[in-house]
Amino acid sequence: MIEVRNLTKYYGPVLAVDDLSFSLDKGQIIGFLGPNGAGKTTTIRILTCFMPATRGSATVAGYDVFTQSLEVRRKIGYLPESVPLYMEMRVNEYLKFRGQLRGLDRTTLKKRTGYVLEQCWLGDVATRPIGQLSKGYRQRLGLADALLHDPDVLILDEPTVGLDPTQIRATRELIKELGKRHTILLSSHILPEVEAICHRTIIIAGGRIVASGSPEELRRQICEQSRLIVEFKGSGDAIAAAVRKLPMVQNVETLPSEGAVRLAVMSKSDSREAISLLAIAQHWPILEMRQEVASLEDFFVRVVADQGKKAVLSA
Amino acid sequence: MNNRVWVLAKRELASFFFSPIAYVVAAVFLAVSGIFFAGEVFRPGHEAQMRDLFDRQAFILVFIVPMLTMRLLAEEFRSGTIESLMTVNVRDYEVIFGKFLGTWLFFAALLVPTLIYAFMVLGYSGWAVDPGPVVGGYLGLLLLGGFYIAVGTLTSSMTRNQVISAVLAFLILSVFTFLLWGVASRLTGNWQTILRTINVYERFMDFSRGLLDLRHIIFFLSVTAGILFVAVKILESRRWR
Ligand SMILES: Nc1ncnc2c1ncn2[C@@H]1O[C@H](COP(=O)(O)OP(=O)(O)O)[C@@H](O)[C@H]1O
Ligand SMILES: [Mg+2]
Repeated sequence: MIEVRNLTKYYGPVLAVDDLSFSLDKGQIIGFLGPNGAGKTTTIRILTCFMPATRGSATVAGYDVFTQSLEVRRKIGYLPESVPLYMEMRVNEYLKFRGQLRGLDRTTLKKRTGYVLEQCWLGDVATRPIGQLSKGYRQRLGLADALLHDPDVLILDEPTVGLDPTQIRATRELIKELGKRHTILLSSHILPEVEAICHRTIIIAGGRIVASGSPEELRRQICEQSRLIVEFKGSGDAIAAAVRKLPMVQNVETLPSEGAVRLAVMSKSDSREAISLLAIAQHWPILEMRQEVASLEDFFVRVVADQGKKAVLSA
Repeated sequence: MNNRVWVLAKRELASFFFSPIAYVVAAVFLAVSGIFFAGEVFRPGHEAQMRDLFDRQAFILVFIVPMLTMRLLAEEFRSGTIESLMTVNVRDYEVIFGKFLGTWLFFAALLVPTLIYAFMVLGYSGWAVDPGPVVGGYLGLLLLGGFYIAVGTLTSSMTRNQVISAVLAFLILSVFTFLLWGVASRLTGNWQTILRTINVYERFMDFSRGLLDLRHIIFFLSVTAGILFVAVKILESRRWR
């Protein structure tokens, strides 16, 4: 549904998006995760035909965002990050205006307006001027507008920013629900949000993809990078050497310890069973064994920090 | 007509009724027209004609049209609504033309109350006056106003600052209207011909004299279209920055 190849965007000398490639299948919800300034909004603005890329290409529903921009825009419902609305208009007037602009006929418009007002809990403010609405209502109106023409693709830039916790939860539920009928790309800088809603997550920092995959795949990437700490009763280098020989073990580090052997083990797959069997066979009592669990949160912080360091080094 | 243009024009027209500046502009235009009509035109001994009023109205437009147009695109850029506007399947020319049309309709609505003056003049003269200059004057105002609004739409597409947009429009309109007129009358020969060609005020005064010259009509329509075309190009070029 969305196909991005080697997308690059410079604002003057500032590199905002750096050689980004990814694709999104029909019916998926994909999360764009990254700290502020990562290039999420820039990528989204290119996909929605608001600005052109410096290099690279992107297609939405098979149409090129640059050469077939009108078709792309017809397929997309877009909620911009700042949720720009005409403050002097009333909610229902605004939706009518947007629907007519989208070319909806009278009956469809009426039906869809009723549907989005209900879906986005806007029924009770339908006749209020937008300028009088709170941030939460405006956000929902932006979402209602994006949904109005029943688009194949929904692109939501930070859809829950500025909402209170109840609204955030409701909005997440709504997006999940919408994911059953639409292909959705959403951006966020909040990890649990993306984890809760999306089938797939792309973590970007400094305009580059630093990790991507389903929540489970990301977890696995983390496990690979987390260490197993094992402490044996005993002494000498023999223990470390034996552990190092286990097939899945990649690296063993000896940690300082009083009257025991303390190892930090990095392995391709889970090595706990192999290590305990080895310990039993060799009569090396295990005093402690624990996985240094990095949460997705730690992982996110670390990849982002790495990226920052790289950026500093290359600058 | 293209439906999207009409939808955009309607929204633009409606938004004037929420704009305090539009009310000020309307009040100034109608008040000045009314005062001038009562004081100068509609008095015993004055020739039964509207020309002096039309010429005065054309003069005021240089000041008030920039206040109507300054918001058109500049405000969309400033508030960010340009993003939701341009990511719908509208073409750039539809946006420019819709905004132009909405403003022009508002301007045309401003002229409607002044029809009373025309009927007063015609009525008091016992319908003996030639209605040509009155019809011509209104046609001229509509054409001149269209040209002015196109210039204002153009300057509004160049900035996110309404004040800059208005000042720029005012300066350009002053040159076209007053400066060229003043300079042309002091020159002779080819230069005068050239300046006369692009001097809109003199062309307008032919209308208010009842001279419906097709060349003037074509001039106004084509120059207005040309300026709007440049505005479309400027809007397109924003995508490249
Ligand atoms: N209009 C712009 N002009 C210049 N630089 C910009 C502009 N918009 C964004 N940037 C820069 O591009 C980078 C990416 O920004 P953005 O795409 O907004 O990130 P995100 O949405 O992930 O927070 C940032 O360094 C930002 O300062
Ligand atoms: Mg952003």
